[in-house]
Amino acid sequence: MDWVLSHLDEIWALTVAHVGLAAPAILLGFAASVPLGYFASRSRVAGSVLLTIGNILYTIPGIALVVLVPVAAGLAILNPLNVVIALFLYAIAIMVRSASDAFGSVSADVRQSAAAQGFSPVQRFWRVELPLAGPVLLAGIRVVSVSTVSLTTVGALVGIPNLGNLFTDAFQRQFPLEAVVGLVAVLLLAAVFDVVLSAIGRLLMPWNRGTSVRGRDRARLEALPTRPNVTGV
Amino acid sequence: MGIEFHHVRKTYPDGTTAVEDFSITIPSHSTTVFVGSSGCGKTTLLRMINRMVDPTDGQILIDGEDVSGIEPVALRRRIGYVMQNSGLLPHRTVVDNVATVPVLTGVPKTKARTAALGLLDRVGLDRSLANRYPGQLSGGQQQRVGVARGLAADPNILLMDEPFGAVDPIVRDELQQELLRLQREIGKTTVFVTHDIDEAFLLGTQVVILKRGGLIAQVGSPAEILAHPADDFVADFVGAKRGKRRLTAEQQGQGDDVLLVDSSGYPAGLVAAPGGRLDLLPAGSGPKSRSISNKTDQAGDA
Repeated sequence: MDWVLSHLDEIWALTVAHVGLAAPAILLGFAASVPLGYFASRSRVAGSVLLTIGNILYTIPGIALVVLVPVAAGLAILNPLNVVIALFLYAIAIMVRSASDAFGSVSADVRQSAAAQGFSPVQRFWRVELPLAGPVLLAGIRVVSVSTVSLTTVGALVGIPNLGNLFTDAFQRQFPLEAVVGLVAVLLLAAVFDVVLSAIGRLLMPWNRGTSVRGRDRARLEALPTRPNVTGV
Repeated sequence: MGIEFHHVRKTYPDGTTAVEDFSITIPSHSTTVFVGSSGCGKTTLLRMINRMVDPTDGQILIDGEDVSGIEPVALRRRIGYVMQNSGLLPHRTVVDNVATVPVLTGVPKTKARTAALGLLDRVGLDRSLANRYPGQLSGGQQQRVGVARGLAADPNILLMDEPFGAVDPIVRDELQQELLRLQREIGKTTVFVTHDIDEAFLLGTQVVILKRGGLIAQVGSPAEILAHPADDFVADFVGAKRGKRRLTAEQQGQGDDVLLVDSSGYPAGLVAAPGGRLDLLPAGSGPKSRSISNKTDQAGDA
């Protein structure tokens, strides 16, 4: 415990560095996977090609990827971007499949009916398909988030500082406590990411809290003159 | 004017023909029902009107204007569309669902919502449901919202694709009566698709009986079709051949009521006959004499 208290500054700095690597990879991976997943769900050919590429990407060992990315991208070996790119590729590998499933989960009835009401294809994507794919997209990004936070630790092996440094340090110094501290920190960080993501999901998808509303919520719904426009669309 | 189909054909790339050669005129401000078994092309025909499906050959005119020259999105916004299972957007509240098309065409949101509340009244829904999500409504309520949404842009044409097919019989009766009332009030050019001949006869001013491939077996008013079925197919389809429509007075019911049975002895309805004497009934009492020809109506009257 004394060690933890005396090293709080260092642990905090590593945590911040960790977030700096993981968060962009998760967000960019999500942003790239949504259009890719949409095409994968709309065309059988695109679907099988994209999902196969995703599977192959995911089988590449983490260490191999962080070593190969700087060579392929022509970046300096100690550039943190290398780790972000590697994590981004892993995020896509998982998320494209989730996104494809998410768009596949939108009922054909609703899509047809939206077209029949006169939504243009672009409006239909933004106002109907994307929000309705939301719950499955959210489930996907939560998996990606947890896995990315844990994978980020590999960066420590190629000299990019993050919470993984606590593992390499512990190994070199034969000091297991430090590894345990690292493990707990990674778990806590993953939990924080998950809570934040599900809170955002609940805020953006108020219709998704179960089909039957419990008494208290129902009373509140009826009391509302108009619903605050939380979806913003 | 109304809607005209001129030699419309629809062949899919795989070679199947959904519609062979279909021509008809649908008069304005009345209800035309396409009725037929599944696979007769009735839904395909309906969807050609708002260009959800484009015909391979032939023309469809709305008030003389060829729909193939109208941009599909713009065309669909001026035609109301109600489908089975409502097709409501599950992530929008009832009031926002009803306001969908006006908002798409640029009407300010608050104005569109206010108008939507008025439409809820019109279709017989309580305003307290306005802020619910579709998943929190019953099937019948969802269909009413679907009808309100179809009417929101005040279209001249309303397309209805088996809108009451998935609700239970009692609710269906209610919705049918409600639609008849609405139609009397607003008089839209309505094209209604169903496989239920009772529903077709109840709602249709003009009924189009379809065979496989969109072939017209008979067009006419319910009374014409029932009195003079064009062929055995029609007679069979409307139930005349099986004796379902041939009713005879069987026995005295309560008061002046006389029980009517079809030719297989199935009790089909009641008719009020003073003193139990059918020969005293005024001929043609009621526009379609529905009370003795149509089972559906009795539940509606009850």
